[in-house]
Amino acid sequence: MNVETSAAGIVIVGTGQAGVMTAEALRSGGFEGSITLLGDEPHGPYHRPPLSKAWMAGEMDAAQLVMRAPEMLARKNIALRTGVTVKAIDRSAQTVILGDGSALPYTGLMLATGSTPRALPLPGGDAPGVLALRTRDDASAIADRLAACIEQQRPVVVIGGGFIGLEVAATARKKGLTVTVLEAAPRLLGRVLAPVLSDWYAELHRGHGVQLVLGAQVAAIEADAQGVTGVKLADGSVVPAGLVVVGIGVNANDQLAQAAGLECERGIVVDACGRTSDPLIVAAGDCTARRMADGSLLRLESVQNATEQGKSAAAALLGQDRPFTATPWFWSDQYDKKLQMAGLSVGADGWAVRGDMAAGTFTVYHFKGEQLIAADSVNASKDHLLVRKLLDAGVSPTREQAGNVGFDLASLLSRSAIDGQPGLRP
Amino acid sequence: MANITFVEANGQSTTLNLADGWSLMQGATANGVDGIVGECGGSCACATCHCYVDELLAGVLPAPTQGELDMLENVVAERRPNSRLACQIKAGPALEGGVVHLPECQE
Repeated sequence: MNVETSAAGIVIVGTGQAGVMTAEALRSGGFEGSITLLGDEPHGPYHRPPLSKAWMAGEMDAAQLVMRAPEMLARKNIALRTGVTVKAIDRSAQTVILGDGSALPYTGLMLATGSTPRALPLPGGDAPGVLALRTRDDASAIADRLAACIEQQRPVVVIGGGFIGLEVAATARKKGLTVTVLEAAPRLLGRVLAPVLSDWYAELHRGHGVQLVLGAQVAAIEADAQGVTGVKLADGSVVPAGLVVVGIGVNANDQLAQAAGLECERGIVVDACGRTSDPLIVAAGDCTARRMADGSLLRLESVQNATEQGKSAAAALLGQDRPFTATPWFWSDQYDKKLQMAGLSVGADGWAVRGDMAAGTFTVYHFKGEQLIAADSVNASKDHLLVRKLLDAGVSPTREQAGNVGFDLASLLSRSAIDGQPGLRP
Repeated sequence: MANITFVEANGQSTTLNLADGWSLMQGATANGVDGIVGECGGSCACATCHCYVDELLAGVLPAPTQGELDMLENVVAERRPNSRLACQIKAGPALEGGVVHLPECQE
């Protein structure tokens, strides 16, 4: 195929956090060629974090959700095309094939295709009023249904006690709705939080009037012509519902990459610099699985991951190495509690608590052996920021130091700077 | 309603008319003011909407919360006594005529 590549530039598939950050990083990195941002949603780039909270609660208007105004992108000579689907990547021709069949040439391609919520694999799982949350339109649909539930005094059921589900539960409770959370595992947030924090979050939600069912076995969704009426459990009981929000995880959108023959394994496999198995193609954000130094794959779904991988991917397209090695961090806002997590606590074998769990201001430090590997802070941003610095520097306090509010953890950083010998990372 | 002027590090100045309740971060990013990133969407979780407020604003704004003060410790540019996070400043009539200066870098 004869494609005029001199006019081609960088094509970015996806207008979420990773796509936008990559486009901006390309410009700030000095790239002067064309940049095309392709999005399949009708909306331009918007902030996702408020969707489960202020947006769903009706406290924001659409303009406030805008991440980057189209004029701002235009000023940076970033061409935004919304409502455009990408059907295929033709690697030999260096083009992406769009939904209308046209071919868009690229000299560099960035995949920021995000993820898709898992559907409920149960009878009635597609009934009206059974909704998942990913996009602005998803959140608006849930908000509409919430409003109907308020009017008709019908309860809400959340399936899945992860962050999305619990944030939606908190928003629905704030609106005064009756809320039941059904979680299949014996504890909330089991995939990401230590048991001590799962228990604390269970108490937080119960304290706000949420009915929690742990170890719940959902059998089916019951519905009538108007949509969902309840959730049937394996024991035959039915939890009534005018809205069911399903938050049982996501799948990486790696179909395009797979079909193009790129290495994929529950996500588009990238190195620390965002490179895929094709030197002209990079990827970032929820759609990726990062190959770690030990060969394992790490999938992260977070704003920081999208932002940092996006910047790395932009650098890679400019021929530079900018590995993303910073400590992963995440946050979740529920009621008046801000949870901020640093590092990955999976594999921890002990912990120390600093602060007052009963008062709701504390940090749980996770240790593997003698090494600090992660910390979860609730309404304790200062602790969180300090832990990120400690983990980045590979400096570990002892468990006693971590749990002792009288001990200044920041002193370990200045000490390691003086020694010039930061500890070894695990 | 308030007219707020954003002055970027390169001197570029933009005055925006912001509806009540809009945060300065939302106003800046939605209207094309560069120099504010707002990675976290206004959740006070990323410290990439750092700004320096003028005396007028400093005089009328509510004091920063503990969460904002904590996050301000993580800003990349120099932290000054008038440092604030733009996502935590909500527009209203009292802010009329206020000026914020944006630092050279946010991340």
